[in-house]
Amino acid sequence: MRNLFLFLWKYNFFIFFLLLEVFCGYLIFQNNNFQRSSFINSTNAVSAKVNSAISGVTDYIDLRTTNEALSRENAALKALLPDAFYIDSALDRVSTDTLLKQQYSFMTAKVINNSVNRRNNYLTLNKGSLLGVKPEMGVISSDGIVGIVKDVSEHYCSVMSFLHKDSRISARIKKSGFIGSMVWDGFDETHASLKDIAKHVKVAKGDTIITSSFSSIFPEGIMIGLVEEVVDGGGTNFQEISVKLSTPFGKLTYVYIINNVFKDEQRALEEPLKNDR
Amino acid sequence: MIVKILRQVLRFLFLVGLQIALFNHIQWSGYVNPYVYIVFILLLPVETPKWLLLIIALITGLTIDMFGSSGGMHAAATVCMAFARPSILKLISPRDGYEADTRLSPQVMGFKWFITYLTFMVIIHHVLYFYVEVFRFNEFFITLFKALLNSAITIAIIIIGEYLFGQSKGNARFIR
Repeated sequence: MRNLFLFLWKYNFFIFFLLLEVFCGYLIFQNNNFQRSSFINSTNAVSAKVNSAISGVTDYIDLRTTNEALSRENAALKALLPDAFYIDSALDRVSTDTLLKQQYSFMTAKVINNSVNRRNNYLTLNKGSLLGVKPEMGVISSDGIVGIVKDVSEHYCSVMSFLHKDSRISARIKKSGFIGSMVWDGFDETHASLKDIAKHVKVAKGDTIITSSFSSIFPEGIMIGLVEEVVDGGGTNFQEISVKLSTPFGKLTYVYIINNVFKDEQRALEEPLKNDR
Repeated sequence: MIVKILRQVLRFLFLVGLQIALFNHIQWSGYVNPYVYIVFILLLPVETPKWLLLIIALITGLTIDMFGSSGGMHAAATVCMAFARPSILKLISPRDGYEADTRLSPQVMGFKWFITYLTFMVIIHHVLYFYVEVFRFNEFFITLFKALLNSAITIAIIIIGEYLFGQSKGNARFIR
């Protein structure tokens, strides 16, 4: 026993160091675990306020492009208004549709912190649990997908960007309908790759890639990007497809948080099948 | 004593603020993200006790983690760097050792000593951080490239900062 204490005392600096590293390792593990929220994160009061103040300054730099993107989107939405259509019949059609039910609701949020240059990137948004934001909600911008909500505090939420080593989004080639999954290889914020597309599928440069209907997080048909390069995948059964992302991750300012009303129902139905896959 | 501690607290706030407000927002080419805040640990007084060094490193790392959603990665790398600091200082110590009040700056210790010290410490921190961040081995070389590139940038920024803000004749406030 005495020897043990002598040993501990002799190497006290090293043991203290080990203890601290174990503590850090625990924090990292907890942060990587998607289901449990970590307690060192950027949604707490102090860091979110500071990040919010910083983005208040930097937003002025991007004001012009943000305005352009918003007005472009406004124009696209205005084109969908009933007023924009010429009614080609003498009868007034009144739509009291009981078949359509709202499945997705959208909430705008402002990006107050963002990164694109790490292997695992996160965003912080200024909407939180008081407004109904929950973990695992999808986030999109007017140009395409952005990420998935990870941690939530009262007024803020942090979002795991698509530019993350663990992100994997079910995607569809719009023209042919084949399903693959999008992953980010960590090299370039403007490109990602589409995996699991078999060799017999014809993919051409410029094909549109959209989200599939498999995910309970994103609605179907959200833009992901355009095919830029198709390479035969050597010895595998799959092609290597490089996709140019449509979302400008470097200059996101306003995004939408998506709430899928039927998500819990879909999850509950799929839960018992999970072990079979 | 109080003045000394206060000066270190000011340095902490200045460097962490700089990292959060400026260096975390460099979005250029997707590779560049220098972590300049570690200069706070590098240039702490020589006589700082070892255990205090580790605690300061932990707090600094956790603060950066808190603002950048990296959850403990900076803390792990910074603590490891602080653990290595006494040994590296001993390894490259000048012939008659360090005096209690020695300032660790290029003006006092000489440029060659300073850049050796910086290179050792920055590379330890960056290599560790980038590997912990990626945490898989099939991206081994691209991670190594990222770590070394960013180390070079961090070292360059620290040296420029040291000559710009460092103490020439006694007007230093932030970088010791």
